[in-house]
Amino acid sequence: MLQSFKLAIKAILSNKIRSALTMLGIIIGVAAVIILVSIVSGYMGQMVEQFEEMGVNKITIFCRNMNTRHIDDDDMYKFWDEHPTWIDSLSPTVTLSSAIAKSGSDNLDSTTITGVSEDYLDIMKYKVEEGRNLVYADVAGRSSVCVIGSYVANTFYGSAEKAYEDTIKINGKPFTIVGVIETQDEDNFEEGGTDDFIWIPYTVATKMNRNGFINNFVMNSTDTLYTEEITEALEEKLSNVFKNDRLYNVMANSSIIKQLNQSIGTLTAMLAGIAGISLLVAGIGVMNIMLVSVTERTREIGIRKALGARQGVIMQQFVIEAAVTSTIGGVFGIAIGAFATKSIGAVMDIKANPTVWAVLLSFGVSVAIGLIFGYLPAKNAARLNPIDALRVD
Amino acid sequence: MSDPLIDIRNEYKIYIMGNEQVYANDNINLKIDRGEFVSIVGKSGSGKSTLMNIIGALDKPTSGKYFLNGRDTSTMSDDELADIRNKTIGFIFQQYNLLPKLTLLENVELPLLYAGIKVKERRIKALESLSKVGLKEKYNQYPNQLSGGQQQRVSIARALAGSPSLLLADEPTGALDSKTSGDVLNFLKKLHSEGNTIVMITHDNAIALEAKRVVRIHDGKIIFDGDTESYATEFQISH
Ligand SMILES: Nc1ncnc2c1ncn2[C@@H]1O[C@H](COP(=O)(O)OP(=O)(O)OP(=O)(O)O)[C@@H](O)[C@H]1O
Ligand SMILES: [Mg+2]
Repeated sequence: MLQSFKLAIKAILSNKIRSALTMLGIIIGVAAVIILVSIVSGYMGQMVEQFEEMGVNKITIFCRNMNTRHIDDDDMYKFWDEHPTWIDSLSPTVTLSSAIAKSGSDNLDSTTITGVSEDYLDIMKYKVEEGRNLVYADVAGRSSVCVIGSYVANTFYGSAEKAYEDTIKINGKPFTIVGVIETQDEDNFEEGGTDDFIWIPYTVATKMNRNGFINNFVMNSTDTLYTEEITEALEEKLSNVFKNDRLYNVMANSSIIKQLNQSIGTLTAMLAGIAGISLLVAGIGVMNIMLVSVTERTREIGIRKALGARQGVIMQQFVIEAAVTSTIGGVFGIAIGAFATKSIGAVMDIKANPTVWAVLLSFGVSVAIGLIFGYLPAKNAARLNPIDALRVD
Repeated sequence: MSDPLIDIRNEYKIYIMGNEQVYANDNINLKIDRGEFVSIVGKSGSGKSTLMNIIGALDKPTSGKYFLNGRDTSTMSDDELADIRNKTIGFIFQQYNLLPKLTLLENVELPLLYAGIKVKERRIKALESLSKVGLKEKYNQYPNQLSGGQQQRVSIARALAGSPSLLLADEPTGALDSKTSGDVLNFLKKLHSEGNTIVMITHDNAIALEAKRVVRIHDGKIIFDGDTESYATEFQISH
């Protein structure tokens, strides 16, 4: 066995260019598997992470309300009452379109103004830095109060403390700032960024909007286990109201993540398959070279057989030679693939790491290729008749 | 031990060429005892190599029986033949047939390797064998660094390494000049005097006469089998 490995290395070294070219096929194949699989799963994994950050329990409802068919906050709160164990929190979200917010004489052009309930803070997983969150009384009493993002506080008031209890005018109407939210995203701390927002009670927002409809709701489920049941129940309810599924949409983060994960699986399997074809071609290359090698060494095989080498010994020698060739190719391929994955990941700004299974799979496949595609030539060699083999010069 | 080492009975080797049958060996009967030195002689195409392949267990007869060391080889599998070659026969080829990428020591070790002998013992036996042919010092060299005569001596060392029952030489001097041929023949004679059984194939009567017994074949048939003196007389060759 050890002897066979030594012989294999010797044979590989004795024809360096040919061995290198044979290995090149394996190297490219293995590197391709690793790069494609790792980049794709890194990229998709990042998308999944983003959804997870937004909250796996989050379910969003979009409707296009009309005078004849519409739902309102009472309908949604009734839905919560019907399924108290499923739902943890609920908030309408009413975007104030074409509202003008002013802090003194400064215009807050880029700031998003949203009408929400007291639950919205929890759903978004934000925290109050200064003052308080909106409370039920604000919503029920339609108070002219607001909670603002830290960008608004810092830019127009200097700091959260200074902004607290000051006022903002929205469409000329003054709102008292009762709270400031902690900075959410340092990297995006700019105009129109994550922290550039104003929340007011949704009851106030609906009044300020001309048509008074609530088109969007967000809720958190108590557990992702209920995602499907909630989605189904909501869709049934909305379908009864709207009679047309183009007028509403229910989107659960956990099902999106699930779907994403499924597509990652399919996509990576597909790419691995495509790269696998190049490995197959490489395997045929190995077989080709081994067949040549057997033909060239017919005389050697004849001598060995005459001296008493059994078929198995000859077979082993050639199979090991093929396996060693493709394994060396595989190791280089893994190294190059891993390096390329890191570099491409860095350039594309993706957290791409050569996945363990891609490395193991492609290593296994390259060893297997050596064994499988070395088998036929090795068998030819082992079956050679020593007399015929000795006659060849 | 009364069995002959080689016992060939009614052996035929027939090759089919198109619709023609070539009787390369045509009813051969031959017994060779342990300790004999026999040459098999004949013209080109007479069937010498065919017979040597049978004797060497490299090939199986078309019909007839071949008992080597009392065992019938005609029913053996490929691997069984390999084993019996390994244990009972030491081959000396015309073209030496050394492996160019192995050192002399590794070449001589080969039959021992296939016999499953451990590294250490293999090394000792191979070196012993090389020193018998006077090439122990060159053990780490490669065949192409040696002269033809030296290479043939390495191949004899390889044949001797496993202490086989039979040394089988096919035209052992065919590729050598007359002086080195003489050296190799003297060496074979010495091995015979030490008790080795030797079968030597040659087309050259002068070389055939170096043995103790001569078997002459013609068109696949044995036409003479007797001691060297009567062969020389019958075929009127000056000894
Ligand atoms: N594999 C084969 N297929 C067909 N015919 C063969 C084969 N081997 C040998 N022969 C024929 O058998 C006959 C004997 O051949 P063989 O090789 O035994 O002769 P030889 O005495 O060794 O001759 P040489 O001195 O030239 O080596 C020849 O006619 C040859 O053509
Ligand atoms: Mg011949």
